[in-house]
Amino acid sequence: MDLSLLPDGGMRWLDASGPKSTIVLSTRIRLARNVRGIPFSQRAKDADRMAVLERVSDAAASSDHLGSAVAFHLDQMDRSERQLLHERHLVSKELAGLERESRPRPGAALLVQDQVGVMVNEEDHLRLHGMWSGFDLEDAYAEVEAIDAELGRLVPFAFHPEFGYLTSCPTNAGTGLRASVLIHLPGLVLTKEINKVLQGLSQVGLTFRGLYGENSEVVGNFFQLSNQTTLGKTEDELIDHLGKIVRQVVEYEEQARDVLLRTAPEEVEDKTWRAYGLLKHARRLSFEETMNLLSGVRLGVGLKLLPGPGVYTLNKLLIYTQPAHLAAMDGRSTGDRELPTVRAAFVRRLLEEESS
Amino acid sequence: MLCDNCKERDAIINLTQVEHDSKVTLHLCEQCAQQKGVETGGSVLKSPLGNFLGAVVKGSTPGALVPASGDTLRCASCGSTLRDFRDSGRLGCDRCYESFDTHLRDLLRRLHGSSQHVGERYEVPGEGGVLGAHDPRSRLLDLKAQLRRAVEGENFELAAELRDQIRVLE
Repeated sequence: MDLSLLPDGGMRWLDASGPKSTIVLSTRIRLARNVRGIPFSQRAKDADRMAVLERVSDAAASSDHLGSAVAFHLDQMDRSERQLLHERHLVSKELAGLERESRPRPGAALLVQDQVGVMVNEEDHLRLHGMWSGFDLEDAYAEVEAIDAELGRLVPFAFHPEFGYLTSCPTNAGTGLRASVLIHLPGLVLTKEINKVLQGLSQVGLTFRGLYGENSEVVGNFFQLSNQTTLGKTEDELIDHLGKIVRQVVEYEEQARDVLLRTAPEEVEDKTWRAYGLLKHARRLSFEETMNLLSGVRLGVGLKLLPGPGVYTLNKLLIYTQPAHLAAMDGRSTGDRELPTVRAAFVRRLLEEESS
Repeated sequence: MLCDNCKERDAIINLTQVEHDSKVTLHLCEQCAQQKGVETGGSVLKSPLGNFLGAVVKGSTPGALVPASGDTLRCASCGSTLRDFRDSGRLGCDRCYESFDTHLRDLLRRLHGSSQHVGERYEVPGEGGVLGAHDPRSRLLDLKAQLRRAVEGENFELAAELRDQIRVLE
């Protein structure tokens, strides 16, 4: 597999060019769709899954938006390669067959072009998705929607006049839309206001997850906020609502940071410089520690307490210090005991390059 | 805004209920909402980073919210039963939504507060909708899919016919 086939490795969002990108890392949109008349993935036979893949591939090839998409056939890839795609947020754990001893099933594929992609034969036949830098819900939705409209003309989707787009799990039915933003909230965590904010989210129909979506742990103060319901509201209403709440959360986070600066300026300064110092000099780093230190540095950069590194470098570090990326870079396995040493060396190198 | 129920405390929860196809929205304070059986964040909150709404159905799939009374119902199209859905949380095919529609309508209302899709309307290409008529590519892809099936089924006469139609369109 050659990930260099993907411009920016399929992660243009890392460049931190989007609005509010010191606090909001990325905006993600996904639409769940199924091909009419073919059993949903869980019940589909291999032949059904292959039929879905063929239909989607053919449609993509003749479409404007996915006409030059790169295709990854997950069932023909090594585990380490599949893990790379997962670490780049391009495929789910389920599609990549990374859960315990599972293997990707026949027909499991990913098509990617620029910032958008289609997961084929995931929980639903098609999961159209895209990730953008910063806080940019409207533009992100418009682009994924354009692909949806085009593919929907070429492949008959399962749709019901009352229930909307039909999905394998009823939690996604209706619009099939999940909009999410990956947001960094160290101020709210440090001022212990985070629980109140998260608790409020559930009352306004939103939910949060960790860095990798469903069932993932919250690490490094990164939270993914997204809409909980998908039916009974229009796509625009769902997006507007999420946008409104995220703007509020960003405001709370900015206020919390002001409070920190006012009430404990030396402690905050010390914390961010310590995090920076450890990243620059440590000889062994676990992934979790790296995430937490990156969170501290990111806060320091956001508050202008640290002169650098740039947000782009911090974003790159988030992705490239993950096990499969380090292992691939250094020709090791993801379970290698020396990975923490490789990680620390990589972090030092990137930070040195940045400051030189 | 004051709570619609006690008219004393501030309303913090909007409770929308659908009864006989009409929608009623109540603005409630936390205490009155709890009395009405709404699980508020405060009562569900256990672990500081728990998923509050998720906690309501924690450890279970949406299927578990469907009563067992209809377990033997079977989808004529894919053969899966409502019991399968209760166990796995996943439906077998798009027709399951019709096969189990009463149960699913109820479930969708509980999950989303509504079962009526109001978002983008979709028309299946080539079915009376203007979409299909405007896009010959859709017809072409359909013919190609039919051709593949014909070849797989060794129905070469039909395959030849389809191939000719494809040539014309191309």
